[in-house]
Amino acid sequence: MKAYIDGFGLLAPGLPSWRAARSVLAGDARYEPGEMPRPTAEILPPAERRRCGDLVKLALHVGAEALAPSGARAEGLATVFTCATGSGEVLHQICETLAGTDRDVSPTRFHNSVHNAAAGYWSIATGARTASTSLCAHQGSLAAGLLEAAVQAAAAQRAVLLVAYDLPPPPPLAAVVPCTVPCGLALLLAPARGAASLGEMELDLAREGADTTFADPALERLRTGNAAARGLPLLAAFAAGRAARLTLEWLPTLRLAVAATPYRAT
Amino acid sequence: MTPLIVTRYTGVNCLGRGIEAWWAALRARRSGLAACDFEDAVLDTYIGRVAGVEDVTLPGPLAAFDCRNNRLAWLGLAQDGFREAVLATRERHGAGRIAVIMGTSTSGVLSTERAYQRRDPGSGALPADFRFAETQSTYSLSAFVRAALGLEGPAHVVSTACSSSAKVFASAARLIGAGFADAAVVGGADSLCLTTLYGFRSLELLSGAPCRPYDAERNGISIGEGAGFALLERSGAGPVLVGVGESCDAYHMSTPHPEGLGARLAMERALGAGGLAPDAVGYVNLHGTATRTNDIAEGRAVRDVFGSRTPSSATKGAHGHLLGAAGITEAIVALLALERGFLPGTANTRALDVETACRVLIEGEAAAPRYVLSNSFGFGGNNCSVIFGRA
Repeated sequence: MKAYIDGFGLLAPGLPSWRAARSVLAGDARYEPGEMPRPTAEILPPAERRRCGDLVKLALHVGAEALAPSGARAEGLATVFTCATGSGEVLHQICETLAGTDRDVSPTRFHNSVHNAAAGYWSIATGARTASTSLCAHQGSLAAGLLEAAVQAAAAQRAVLLVAYDLPPPPPLAAVVPCTVPCGLALLLAPARGAASLGEMELDLAREGADTTFADPALERLRTGNAAARGLPLLAAFAAGRAARLTLEWLPTLRLAVAATPYRAT
Repeated sequence: MTPLIVTRYTGVNCLGRGIEAWWAALRARRSGLAACDFEDAVLDTYIGRVAGVEDVTLPGPLAAFDCRNNRLAWLGLAQDGFREAVLATRERHGAGRIAVIMGTSTSGVLSTERAYQRRDPGSGALPADFRFAETQSTYSLSAFVRAALGLEGPAHVVSTACSSSAKVFASAARLIGAGFADAAVVGGADSLCLTTLYGFRSLELLSGAPCRPYDAERNGISIGEGAGFALLERSGAGPVLVGVGESCDAYHMSTPHPEGLGARLAMERALGAGGLAPDAVGYVNLHGTATRTNDIAEGRAVRDVFGSRTPSSATKGAHGHLLGAAGITEAIVALLALERGFLPGTANTRALDVETACRVLIEGEAAAPRYVLSNSFGFGGNNCSVIFGRA
């Protein structure tokens, strides 16, 4: 399965945008994590920005960044949102309320609790009435979303925006959820090579082989600390402008093999 | 879209275990809803609770997945020879060539709700026996079904609220079409929990009586629970998955577009995917939640696509609103109508709202549709329509 990449979005500690993160991901600059900048999610109208939580803002922030270089119009793009944990913040607030006596769940919190909250806000913000799906495959959520987006781009012969995002939940969920670092990333996929294409990738199922890792321990902590960050080796290949064969975590006994071919250093 | 054969389907909900129990209730226009007696919820509403979930024991290797949602899935897999059919398909294609794509909205959140009631009074920690990945996680359901059936193909969970388990048909068809699988187990499960009961109460969308879709006096939903499954293959005997249409409203997080714009797009795209003209469809299973807003908007959309003659009905008065499992449940209702030549009526509904724009059957009637369509719409304005045809 071949897909073309027309844009990236990225936000994580020490990686404030795709543009600003390229030298680190290419190995030309030292990775210094620090705090993740707050997602601005300017794409959201102010009223919606007040209603939605940090996880939604993260998703919309990186999604919007991926469209910028190609000038793609969000309205016409199909979307695939993928997230391992969902909003731990909303889950915590609702479960805490339900464990109390009045069980007075906030209506806004309730509609924000759905796994597709980010997709819903994206659609409202952009006016996109295109197909939109929201997926989960545990720590393999990035691989599942990448394949879904590529397959959809090929089947419908249209561009598809993939957004992967996860945030560490608050306590006490933090102790039981394997997400320790915030990270969101986005890929704008196209079914054919265009003027904006940064490169291409060939996707396949893999039964064997170990996940592609980072040599830098700090980057590796990011990769393993967030399901969305499992896709960072792919972004690193494009940052370096080097063809690479990657193996991305997905399911027990099944991985996603990605042969990435950047057209030029981006 | 490459047509796929639905070689087997099954499920469980408050109408009973397996499709014969469902069909008997649907033929008789009988409702399985009853006054809410779920856990310690104090709510003036009706629910579609599955009897006997509390007594289900998962076998040893699957015990870690134990939660109400996966118990419903386990009950569903055991009906109508579904498990055996999947194992036979696994023999033919190999475990790695069968995808598992499930839909759920709240997965095993009931387990988390219970864990929050048992937090350590000092540290606030969750109890040591709480298992996030196997219960609460949105992916839990596909992990469980994959393990229960010994499958090793591509898998994920689609979670787009109440359209989740309709969209699984699209996702699976794309994977098979692209050659990443030869067959797929699709479906979904959603289980009663305090989150949805109290959440819908906060939105003032819970009916105080068994829900009455499209009725002039409808006043909200009745939440149900259950699981449903379908086996999709490239060849075999059975009805055909002809087309799926997906869309968004781009309007509001929890209120449908007033003119049903997203709903209309989903139906039109499903027809387009199947290369069908609107008059080819002989029955529409409506999303029909019995909220004031959904039914009016959906009725307009159905009329805009099909005109006002195509028969439709809403079956949530019978089985309740299964939320993330509504898509697969009502896809199966549509399949039964297609295969058995009878269009189920709209249980509990007495007199249609005069503003209803499409033709809604209160009583069921005999008919032989060539194609049937099922609508599922969810929070976030996420819509999906699925079309099946006779072989």
